[in-house]
Amino acid sequence: MDDHEATRAAIETVWRIESPRLIAALARITGDVGAAEELAQDALVIALEQWPVQGVPDGPGAWLTATAKHRAVDLVRRRVRYDQKLREVGRDMEAHAQAEAYGEPDIDAMDDHIGDDLLRLIFIACHPVLSAEARAALTLRLIGGLTTHEIARAFLVPEPTIAQRIVRAKRTLADKQIPFEIPAPGELTGRVASVLEVIYLIFNEGYAATFGADWIRPELCAEALRLGRVLAGLMPRQVEVQGLVALMELQASRIPARTGPDGDPILLTDQDRLRWDRLLIRRGLAALGRAEQIDAAPGPYAVQAEIAACHARAGSVKDTDWERVAALYVVLAHLTPSPVVELNRAVAVGMAYGAARGLEIADTLTSQPALAGYVQLPAVRGDLLAKLGRLDEARAEFTRAAALTRNDRERALFEARAEACLPEP
Amino acid sequence: MRYMMLLTATIPSTPPPPELYEAIMKLGGEATEAGVLLDTAGLLPSANGARVSLASGSITVTDGPFTESKELISYALYEVRSKDEAIEWTSRFMRLHRDLWAGWEGETDVLQVMGPDNLG
Repeated sequence: MDDHEATRAAIETVWRIESPRLIAALARITGDVGAAEELAQDALVIALEQWPVQGVPDGPGAWLTATAKHRAVDLVRRRVRYDQKLREVGRDMEAHAQAEAYGEPDIDAMDDHIGDDLLRLIFIACHPVLSAEARAALTLRLIGGLTTHEIARAFLVPEPTIAQRIVRAKRTLADKQIPFEIPAPGELTGRVASVLEVIYLIFNEGYAATFGADWIRPELCAEALRLGRVLAGLMPRQVEVQGLVALMELQASRIPARTGPDGDPILLTDQDRLRWDRLLIRRGLAALGRAEQIDAAPGPYAVQAEIAACHARAGSVKDTDWERVAALYVVLAHLTPSPVVELNRAVAVGMAYGAARGLEIADTLTSQPALAGYVQLPAVRGDLLAKLGRLDEARAEFTRAAALTRNDRERALFEARAEACLPEP
Repeated sequence: MRYMMLLTATIPSTPPPPELYEAIMKLGGEATEAGVLLDTAGLLPSANGARVSLASGSITVTDGPFTESKELISYALYEVRSKDEAIEWTSRFMRLHRDLWAGWEGETDVLQVMGPDNLG
C-alpha cells in the first residue's frame, strides 16, 4: 500500500467511526437528516482533498467535526438571512417564525449532546412512517456508517434499489416533517419497539438468511449487534433494549457451531457446544442480568433471551431445562400470540415431556393459514414423527420442507433428513 | 472481525499520571458506546503470576517475574469491521500515552482473533 492509499484508508476508517455522531450533531443543527448527511459528506470530500497533501491530522475525528460544523453554521445562517430577506419584503410571516425558531446556531453546544443526538438519529431513521426495509437501509447507512454498496451486498439486492430506498426514506422524513427529537414519554415504548424491530430484522437476515447460497451472513449479525450495543449504551434502562442485546449476543454465540466445514447448517441440538463463543455468552447473560434488574415487565425480546439463556447455560441438550423453556414459550405466546411461537413451544414440549406431546401441539397448527408456506412446520413435524418411529410420515414432512425453503443449504439439510428416514436397504 | 490488542511496555520508573488513567477510561467509554469494545483489563506485573513451560517433554512451572525489562500491561478485545478500524482505536490509545505521559514508550500488538468469517 503506498502513502496515498494508506491515507485514503485512514480517512475511510475515521469516517466509519465518526460519521454517525457527526451526522447526528449536524442533524440537530439543520433539523434535516438529508442535509446533515450531505454536510458530513462535504467534510469527507474536503478531508480526501487535504489529508493526502497535508497529512492526516492528529485528531481526525475532531477535524471532521469542526469542518462540518462550520459548513452547517454557514448553511443555517444563510437560511436565516434568506428568511429575514423574505420578512423584509413582508411576504412571508411564516418564514419569520421559522427564522426565530432556528435562532443563531450554537456551535459549542454541538459536543454536549452527542449521546442524545445519536439517539435522535436512531429514532428518526427507524421512524414508523418508513417501511421496515427503508428503516433497515437508512439505519445501516446513517448509524452503521455503511456505504450503499455494502448495504446492497449484505441484503443481496442491486445497489440502485438500496440507493433509491434511502433517497425515498429521506424524502419521506422531510415531506412529513418528522421532527429530530426523542419521542415523548407516551409514545416512547412504541418508538423503541420500532427501533428494536429494525435491529433484529438486520440480525436475523444475517443469522438465518431467508435466501441465497449462504445460511449465515455474519457481517450482518455483527452490524446488528453493534447497533444494539450502541442503543443499550444510550438507553440502558429499557428492559427490551437490554433484552434484545442479550438475545443477539446469545444467538451470535452459537454462530461458530451453527455451520459445518462446508457451510451446511447444524441445528441447535446437534451443535458442538464447546465451539460456542464464551465471551458472547458472558456478555449476553450480563445484558440479561441488567434486563432483570429493571423494574419493568419483560417483553418478547427479554423472554426470548431467557429462552436462549437456558440453552447457553446447558452443557448439553440433555442438561437443558426444557420444562423452563416450554414454560417461557407460554409466556411468550401470551405476549405475542403467533403460530410460530406455538410451533417453538411444540419443540420444547416435545423435549420436556416426549415427542408425542410435542406432536399434539404441532398437529393443531397444520390448518393455520399463516403457516401454509412456513418451512419450519414440516421440519418440526418431521423431527417429532421421526422420534416416534413414524418414518414414512416423517420423510414426507422433510420432503415438503425441502420443497418450501429458498435457502440452498437448508434444502440440502432437509433432503438428507428425508433420506435418513428411508428403511435400511 | 475480532481483534486482541496486547500492550507491552518497559517497566516505567514513575507511576502513570492520573490524567492518563482518566483519559483511558474515557476512550474506553467511547469505544463501548460505539459498540466495538467487548472486553478489556489491565494486567498485574508478572511477579504475581507464573509461567508453565514445556520443553524436551517436561513441564516446568516458573514463578514470576519472568520478564527482563518489558511487561504485558493490558489487553483489549474489539469487534470491528476492518483491521484499519482496530488500528485506529489502538492509535487513539497510544496517542493518550504520548500526550499525557512524557517519555513513556511501548507498543501494542494488534492481533486478529480466529473465528468463522471473522465474527467469532
